[in-house]
Amino acid sequence: MINQSNKTLNTNITKLVNQPYKYGFSTTIEKDIIEKGLNEKVIRLISQKKNEPLFLLNFRLKAYKKWKQMQCPEWAQLKLSEIDYQDIIYYSAPKSKKQLNSLEDVDPKLLETFEKLGISLNEQKRLANVAVDVVFDSVSLGTTFKQELAEQGIIFCSISEAIQEYPELVEKYIGSVVPIGDNYFSALNSAVFTDGSFCYIPENVKCPLDLSTYFRINDQQSGQFERTLIIADKNSQVSYLEGCTAPQYDNNQLHAAIVELIAFDDAKIKYSTVQNWYAGNDNGLGGVYNFVTKRGLCAGKNSSISWTQVETGSNITWKYPSCLLVGEAAQGEFYSVALTNNYQQADTGTKMIHVGKKTRSRIVSKGISAGHSKNTYRGLVNITNKALAARNYSQCDSLLIGNLSNANTFPIICVQNATTKVEHEASTSKIGEEQIFYFLQRGISIEKGIELMISGFCRDVFTELPLEFAAEADRLLSLKLEGSVG
Amino acid sequence: MSNNPILEIKNLKATINNNEILKNLNLTVNSGEIHAIMGPNGSGKSTFSKVLAGHPAYEVLSGNILFKGENILNYDPEERSHLGIFLAFQYPIEIPGVSNEDFLRLAYNAKQKFKNQPEVDPLEFLMIINEKLKLVDMSPTFLSRNVNEGFSGGEKKRNEILQMILLDSELSILDETDSGLDIDALKIISNGINAFMNPNKSIILITHYQRLLDYVKPDFVHVMQNGKIIKTGTFELAKELELKGYEWLK
Repeated sequence: MINQSNKTLNTNITKLVNQPYKYGFSTTIEKDIIEKGLNEKVIRLISQKKNEPLFLLNFRLKAYKKWKQMQCPEWAQLKLSEIDYQDIIYYSAPKSKKQLNSLEDVDPKLLETFEKLGISLNEQKRLANVAVDVVFDSVSLGTTFKQELAEQGIIFCSISEAIQEYPELVEKYIGSVVPIGDNYFSALNSAVFTDGSFCYIPENVKCPLDLSTYFRINDQQSGQFERTLIIADKNSQVSYLEGCTAPQYDNNQLHAAIVELIAFDDAKIKYSTVQNWYAGNDNGLGGVYNFVTKRGLCAGKNSSISWTQVETGSNITWKYPSCLLVGEAAQGEFYSVALTNNYQQADTGTKMIHVGKKTRSRIVSKGISAGHSKNTYRGLVNITNKALAARNYSQCDSLLIGNLSNANTFPIICVQNATTKVEHEASTSKIGEEQIFYFLQRGISIEKGIELMISGFCRDVFTELPLEFAAEADRLLSLKLEGSVG
Repeated sequence: MSNNPILEIKNLKATINNNEILKNLNLTVNSGEIHAIMGPNGSGKSTFSKVLAGHPAYEVLSGNILFKGENILNYDPEERSHLGIFLAFQYPIEIPGVSNEDFLRLAYNAKQKFKNQPEVDPLEFLMIINEKLKLVDMSPTFLSRNVNEGFSGGEKKRNEILQMILLDSELSILDETDSGLDIDALKIISNGINAFMNPNKSIILITHYQRLLDYVKPDFVHVMQNGKIIKTGTFELAKELELKGYEWLK
């Protein structure tokens, strides 16, 4: 519009968004690593180090074979430098001198790291009603409240532990929602995943605590490939939270995770993520490549899976939490806020595959782009011919800040029967200079003004977050964009 | 009327995109006075209001703006607002997702903070704002709507006057607040302005028509043309302009 004023606006916003990344420190600790590179030997070594049963080694080898035949997908609206998979450490674990029996045995330095991140692993968490599993580079450090959960028959532990303790459950469900060859990154993950969380809620149990996993990539050259598997048996309920941070490095770290959710009859799973991986510096150097496959299977009738995500970090985000709605009257939900700034790129959205009759899905996506960033929503609503009387409601809103950012929306709707009802709403708005001037003229600071507009824009999504996370998400967006708050 | 200048503008020259819009503008406003600025389209009236409020798109080349004796040219819009300058916009902008109540409370508390007075909580604020709403004949339901979103032209203008009253500004510039109003809305707004006015306040009315001046009596009427004030008079001048048009002054 007006050059000179745009300059002023952009400088103001630049000032605002130049908040340093708070979690950029790294922890020096003795590590047990497998040499860089990816080959069959490395995979066998990972499996051996983790003392895995044969079925898992075979699973890994099969995935590796598949992966070698696949190509990195190029359809996404992303610009990324080529990833050298031979230059990544696939296994990096803090060297522990003895078998860990409880959290008290964890290296105090690591506990300190998590304290610094605001993740308290001690009793304090009980007050917040959250049980936590923490994953540091390749291994899970420990899980809180295991005992208390076990009394109700709930299994909540690292996936490595589950492989040892409950191999039949793992064998039955791993790869059942995200098949090995689903995509390039899922194949890679299936071959080399090192840890993650496992959760099983038995029939008729409503999990009394929010379960939570906290992921931290610490090592400069290691990739993080975690695997989460959550099974909610008939008529059970669970709310699951995932948080992520990484130290600040100039090179790109790779994070390629898989999350599989399975809900049986009348079960409910709510999965919430606040992702704050390091996003790279102001010029786009460094930061995490976040290529994640998340999928939920609503297998039983009246089952429900709800994804809520707040994506603020990562240099590149490539992520489509999806729902396969197979059971009759199953429900899938996707609520997302993706904020990109500087040179960040996000290509995110969801897939709702309606198979069962009367299945319902709801998509609410909010993209906020500032700086030179690129924010893309990509969604698929696929209603098959058997999904009679299915319903979908989608809403995709984009908010642009400044004049240099970019927002794209690619919604695909595919309906194969005539008894279905699909609604799609979309909007694009802009925090422009005139709005900011209006705030300023009324004596409201630019930070407060933007904060107010962003929180208004995201309200529909934030109300879906568990209380503890809603506060964190608000604070995070404030930190990323508005400045003074937090 | 005291001779206590609240605003003194001396030889003001201002540009936007290298176009000189204000060319040697001089104006003095005392406390307790209402000044009307009239003039044809493109004479620089709106630019003048934006420059006073400190809009970043405009550049002041030379001259001075003294507010209560203090040169404010280097002050941000936010600081000018805190000092007591209010601009009622000609086209109030919509702010999606932000409720009017939150917006008004934030503005009110920003001012309180500046004055070193305690900020009010939402309940206290509700009592304050409900009183002010009556002055512009607005229903409390309007607080829960988003700022100016879906407001009719009249509602937007009433919202501006409401904010002026709420922030209790010493100098208010009303940029064509009367345009697009039906006669009832014009009366409501005029009543609001008159109730607000007192010897410690000053108002600059920017308008095209004499109509508003029938309800809000100005002490002075200025005619602006080509970026400067070419004639100053009293209410009679406005009447004459209405009859003869601006061409008459050329």
